[in-house]
Amino acid sequence: MTADQHPDPVAVARYFFDMLPHGCRLGIELVGASHARVQARLPYRRDLVGDPGSGHVHGGVLTTLIDQASGVAAVVAIQPPEAVATLDLRVDHLRAARPGEALYCSAECYRVTRNVAFVRCTAHDGDEEHPIAVGMGSFMRTGRQVVP
Amino acid sequence: MIDFLRLISAARARQDYAAVVRLFPHAEFLGVEFGEEDEGLVFRLPFSDNNVGNRSLPALHGGVIGAFAEHAAIIHLLWHMESAVVPRVVDFSIDYLRPGRAHTLYAACRVLRQGQRVANASVECWQQDRSRGIAMARGHFLLTREADLNRRLSRSG
Repeated sequence: MTADQHPDPVAVARYFFDMLPHGCRLGIELVGASHARVQARLPYRRDLVGDPGSGHVHGGVLTTLIDQASGVAAVVAIQPPEAVATLDLRVDHLRAARPGEALYCSAECYRVTRNVAFVRCTAHDGDEEHPIAVGMGSFMRTGRQVVP
Repeated sequence: MIDFLRLISAARARQDYAAVVRLFPHAEFLGVEFGEEDEGLVFRLPFSDNNVGNRSLPALHGGVIGAFAEHAAIIHLLWHMESAVVPRVVDFSIDYLRPGRAHTLYAACRVLRQGQRVANASVECWQQDRSRGIAMARGHFLLTREADLNRRLSRSG
């Protein structure tokens, strides 16, 4: 297959984001996608809060945002795109996101092997220079091709 | 400022688990429930279409499993310790062993180490058969705010 026959990464990423009911319900939006990279955004909402005293979003909300962006980054990095399953994901919380601010993340699939795709992801709350979290994930390839 | 110590101990006295969940908007959003069993606190997440990540299987969103495990760790730590603050996650790591199917998801937490400032907690997640776990998670949680710590350090100094 030649490069111009590859499906558009934005169309593939959009297809996956729309297909994930929980991501839609949480409010995760696709910001952009290119080969092996996916950017996503999640607006602040009161029901995402994990610490009612401070208004900080729950850590698991970031896990969900990072899992979704990282998984789809793995999908678009595989040619032709293939469904993947999360093997493991680690999130380091560098500092708390500011209450009221949208969360952003950028995931990059930096290595694809015959069975596994490796992804790193950085999240921030508006200032890219000061990340709030870093995620590292590995994803099992399923062999099921994705045609949006 | 919410006095968690008072709220949690009142809920514990009444065995009012739902009141604890209501303190955490995101736990309520997912539909987290918990109760005390012989072996300790067991957390439940009844299946809901809202928590699905793959419609065709259907399978739970991996982020839902991770977030549920993290809620279990935080509530477990609050329930068992004398702390007035919500434990703050430092790092959290999840190994996914099997897909989360359209059944109730369960979790139980074990605190492997609890120091003055930080706790290490591991969370086991399963569905119909506890011996066939669907995920194992672990993480570190800060048990103190910097202001509390500074106060303690200045006192001891």
